[in-house]
Amino acid sequence: MSENHHDTSESGPAARVKALETLLAEKGLLDPAAVDSVVDTYETKVGPRNGARVVAKAWTDPEYRARLLKDATAAVQELGYAGPEGGHLVAIENSERIHNLVVCTLCSCYPWPVLGLPPVWYKSFAYRSRAVSDPRGVLRDFGTELPNDVEIRVWDSSAEIRYLVIPERPAGTEGMSADELAEIVTRDSMVGVTKIAAPARRGSKKKSATE
Amino acid sequence: MPAFTKRLLTAADVHHNSLRMNGVHDMGGMDGFGPVTPEQNEPVFHAEWEPRVFALSNLAFGVAGINIDEFRHAIERLPPDRYLASSYYERWLGALETLLVERGVITRVELIAKQPAGVDTSAIARPAKTSGPAPAKDRLKARRARFVKGDRVRARVINPSGHTRLPRYVRGKRGVILRDWGVFVFPDTNAHHAGTRPQHCYSVSFDARELWGKSAASRERLNIDLWEDYLESDAPKSKPRSAKRKARPQHAKRASRSEKKR
Repeated sequence: MSENHHDTSESGPAARVKALETLLAEKGLLDPAAVDSVVDTYETKVGPRNGARVVAKAWTDPEYRARLLKDATAAVQELGYAGPEGGHLVAIENSERIHNLVVCTLCSCYPWPVLGLPPVWYKSFAYRSRAVSDPRGVLRDFGTELPNDVEIRVWDSSAEIRYLVIPERPAGTEGMSADELAEIVTRDSMVGVTKIAAPARRGSKKKSATE
Repeated sequence: MPAFTKRLLTAADVHHNSLRMNGVHDMGGMDGFGPVTPEQNEPVFHAEWEPRVFALSNLAFGVAGINIDEFRHAIERLPPDRYLASSYYERWLGALETLLVERGVITRVELIAKQPAGVDTSAIARPAKTSGPAPAKDRLKARRARFVKGDRVRARVINPSGHTRLPRYVRGKRGVILRDWGVFVFPDTNAHHAGTRPQHCYSVSFDARELWGKSAASRERLNIDLWEDYLESDAPKSKPRSAKRKARPQHAKRASRSEKKR
């Protein structure tokens, strides 16, 4: 799909960005070091590992879970996560009977402080258009099949609220610590497009390299 | 062919760059974009220029006093063919160039002069406004919440002449107030620097069948955040007794007229 192209040619956006950055720097409006600092923040510091720690803590600490469901902005701040697109966070919990799924049909609003910047599929026209009208079909695109009696709730983040899905804690994880649990929480499960598979038992073979 | 590298903005460009906003960005419910194809082990950025655009945009907000609503609107104002043919950060770049020119931070001529040979400059910075934003009297105090949890509402049918966050797929549809998120700046005016109009924003819940028809699954709901100005009450009309009494003779009259025809 054309929207997924990432042009790196000399005459494409790369050249235009360079021209704009040069012009702004010449006018004294831009400190190139400030640009580097923003880039560094989102490439190394802010990402879905933050959200995974929030989810793992909610799974293992009932009082934290209650605080997270009541005021997610404050609860994720307890772990040191805050920033742009994180001023009004809301946590929504998946269960056996209810499955939540988050989309932004109008642009690509996403809870940056806990999930980082959105992946290409979240910004894709396919996801933005169909998540609201055919959520089960979209879930199938991710290999997620839900029984018919599970209620699906799609959240279109059309305003300034940013949603974090708390996925279901898989069976067989009872003995795991919060740190170990954080390792199995995936980005996609915190948007609501996948469930978290039960971890393979120790000693058993891994199914694939991506697991 | 004459060189177009330093071409100035024409009236046609401005016209093409309409502010009206039933745009192609409003994609909820559209078909034909194919399956969602997640990328394995996806990097945060896919090209070196992408993080530069991201960072430039964030910094430019401060430098040029650009607000998030007008940034979103600038993306929406890209011509539909260009919107669809561009990647996410290309759309950001297009919006940023346009806004910096509109705000007078840079000029289009300066920007085009900086482009190396081979760049198609016809698409760069296409301002729709030639003057600054119109001054507006702002209402700084929020109204009291008009709706509470459980209220039945209908999304208004509007076709605004500027930015809006009311998608087409919910306009005219009936839903229920799920939560009151509190008071937020109103994007439809803030995007045009025409006032912040702070007001309550609600999570409104719609049955999938109300939005997509009877073929939609019965166990699906769509929750969307809508500002109060997007909503009208859909409470069942409790007619006062006098009105009910009046209604009956009217009905009888209609019946007798049709009998006459026969």
